[in-house]
Amino acid sequence: MLKQIALTLLAMTAVAPAMAFEPTKPVEFVVTSGPGGGTDNFARTVQSIIAKHKLMEAPVVVTNKGGGSGAEGFVYAAGYKGDPYKLTFGTNNEYLLPSVAAVPYKPEDLTPVAALALDEFLVWVNGKSEVNDIKTFVTAAKAEPKAIQFGGSQSKDTDQILVSTIAETTGAEFRYIPFKSGGEAAVQLAGGHIDANVNNPNENRGQWQAGMVKPLCVFRPDRFPKSEPVHDGKGWSDIPTCAEAGLAIDSYRMPRTVWLPAGVGEDAVTFYRDVLKKVSETPEWGRLCGQDFANVAVPRWR
Amino acid sequence: MGNFSYLMDGFSTIITGHHILIMIIGVMLGILVGVLPGLGAPNGVSLLLPLTFTMDPISAIILLSCMYWGALFGGSTTSILFNIPGEPSSVATTFDGYPMAKNGQATRALTLAFMSAGIGALAGVIMITLLSTWVAGFALQFSSPEFFAVYFLAFASFIGMSGNAPAKTLVTMMLGFAFATVGMDTISGGLRLTFGIPDLIKGVSFLVAVMGLFGIGELLLTTEEGLRFDGIKARVRIVDVLKALKEMPRYSWSILRSTVIGIWMGITPAGPTAASFMSYGLARRFAKDKSGFGKGDPRGIVSPETADHSAGTAALLPMLALGVPGSATAAVMMGGLMIWGLTPGPMLFIDRPDFVWGLIASMYLGNVVAVVLVLATVPIYASILRVPFSIVGPVIVAIIFSGAYQIANSTFDMWLVLGFGVLGYLFKKLDYPIAPLVLAMVLGDKAEDAFRQSMLMSNGSLSIFWSNPLVTGIMALGLLMLLWPVFANAVGVRNLRRRAAGHSAKV
Repeated sequence: MLKQIALTLLAMTAVAPAMAFEPTKPVEFVVTSGPGGGTDNFARTVQSIIAKHKLMEAPVVVTNKGGGSGAEGFVYAAGYKGDPYKLTFGTNNEYLLPSVAAVPYKPEDLTPVAALALDEFLVWVNGKSEVNDIKTFVTAAKAEPKAIQFGGSQSKDTDQILVSTIAETTGAEFRYIPFKSGGEAAVQLAGGHIDANVNNPNENRGQWQAGMVKPLCVFRPDRFPKSEPVHDGKGWSDIPTCAEAGLAIDSYRMPRTVWLPAGVGEDAVTFYRDVLKKVSETPEWGRLCGQDFANVAVPRWR
Repeated sequence: MGNFSYLMDGFSTIITGHHILIMIIGVMLGILVGVLPGLGAPNGVSLLLPLTFTMDPISAIILLSCMYWGALFGGSTTSILFNIPGEPSSVATTFDGYPMAKNGQATRALTLAFMSAGIGALAGVIMITLLSTWVAGFALQFSSPEFFAVYFLAFASFIGMSGNAPAKTLVTMMLGFAFATVGMDTISGGLRLTFGIPDLIKGVSFLVAVMGLFGIGELLLTTEEGLRFDGIKARVRIVDVLKALKEMPRYSWSILRSTVIGIWMGITPAGPTAASFMSYGLARRFAKDKSGFGKGDPRGIVSPETADHSAGTAALLPMLALGVPGSATAAVMMGGLMIWGLTPGPMLFIDRPDFVWGLIASMYLGNVVAVVLVLATVPIYASILRVPFSIVGPVIVAIIFSGAYQIANSTFDMWLVLGFGVLGYLFKKLDYPIAPLVLAMVLGDKAEDAFRQSMLMSNGSLSIFWSNPLVTGIMALGLLMLLWPVFANAVGVRNLRRRAAGHSAKV
């Protein structure tokens, strides 16, 4: 079901718009992360691009509602049924949260508007680790069940779901240790306190540059496009996909999503979809998403 | 001494009219957001962030970091004048700052606070200059057990010292832990103590609690004591500022101790709030004459302020060197770095030394600018207290409620602040200490996360807290602090007996 939602979201970004709705008062951008979080950067970048290119007449007010892994913001927006002035920014947590935690909203309480970027996931180990490929890693994990400590951001969120998917696929058993953010998981890995994490490229890029951590494989259907080397002559394009390296998970990505409350008119959805499409076509958006390849420069801290 | 020549390069980059103007603007804006409770540095910086997208990275980071310094200073102002901490880290300053201002010595309190804050910040920057390479490695040694040990130490050094009945301290602290657990739990992802109220999912904001307990609680008490229609008749003279500056050397020990605590808490990164509480606790513990604490003891102002600012400054180092924010504000600034096209992390020092050392140089200059600006404005702030309470009181109420609303744009928080106000009033009437509640709220959920992460790592064995020299050392220090009053009593009693024995022998 999740896959379907994600696909629908992607398909919808391509739909050509017909203009009818036009906001006449300030639009509130509800951000489902704290200031500085990945979703926050996402929303504020959209805001600044809209302002710079005058893509919308009405002013924008950004409010952070990141409590409860973002549930705070979704519950808030769900309460404004039919109000086209509450644009909510999130990730796949909009439809994942209600299925894993008792939050007082349903995924249907919000109308999907767009999915703007896809964050990649990789398996990382400490730079000094003797493990250099995912096969050895899995074999080691199987030899000693529950010995390997996987760190990640939050509980029952994208990171933990990926770790349990790896466990299910391979039959290995891991210990998952939740931290407040991917950044914390990155430092714990660099310091050698945990054995692995599944961070996004940006959360670990700085540590990889310094050789403190190294990637084993990426959950993409194909390799990253060719790019500059990052560390020790190796670049993003040298990282094998997990499937080719022997871990049978073709793809695992996290979309950056935008929502309106349920019950808004189709014309409002079309309007915002059009604005966001224009945002994604600006050079600034391209710059944020990395000169080399798309979707890497959107960091994810919560 | 490569760092030194880099620093000089940094200075030559930033000493331009343009950059100094940016500094002054940043500090002014920062003081403004610091003085308005609820707005706070993280929000202020994130509001300003979109404006910096068009600036060059060095100017942008100067603007944002100077705003941060300004906010740290502004936060102390409201703590001292109105008992309303503008920032979580300035709560400890209210304990003695507010009583001193109430005694008619607002100028002295403000000057002491600003000056020690400035010293703390400069000490933090000097540490960054000297130790930038070493610190990154040190911070990497910290994992969940070490974090728990640090929080344990913070608790231990603050408890024990309370002059109140131990049972009462325990009650308020447990209440604080309970408030800290409200909302979504990091480890299990479940909701706790929300009672089906959607507004509680985000948890109880620490600032809402503090503004209610301290601000509203104090107002209720003042009103009950009878409405005074005249302000505090304090003469506000520039001479008082100079006088207060002159007494600073007397507190050298407090300042030194607090600097060490602050720097340590900043780089680990346990943060400025833990640092200021811990420093206050230790200042009281090591004071020979404790009677003045809570009634306006200057050491009770100097210590938390120094620690707060040295921690706040030192917190920027882990961010740069490891790519991990040491505070909420640092997190927002780090978001800025990415948008300006810089990758925070170990390579930043090597790839962009001009940026890193420009920033460090701007920390020296920015803090000097901030201290000069705030000291020059002390008389203005202090004279606010001369305005009759019947005017100031309602204004404070308005500031508190708008501040409470702004934290999360939630009307529910305004009811919460009122509830906490009544609680604060009752606590004061019944002589329950508020500080342990606040400390438990700030560090409670962090300590809980760290403890449960440690338990996951060790498969439930407590021995992880004695598993390496670092964590063992911190835990041992914490236990020593916790049991210190018992030791001190035992030693004290023996000394007393010996003296008594000697006395009787002479007779």
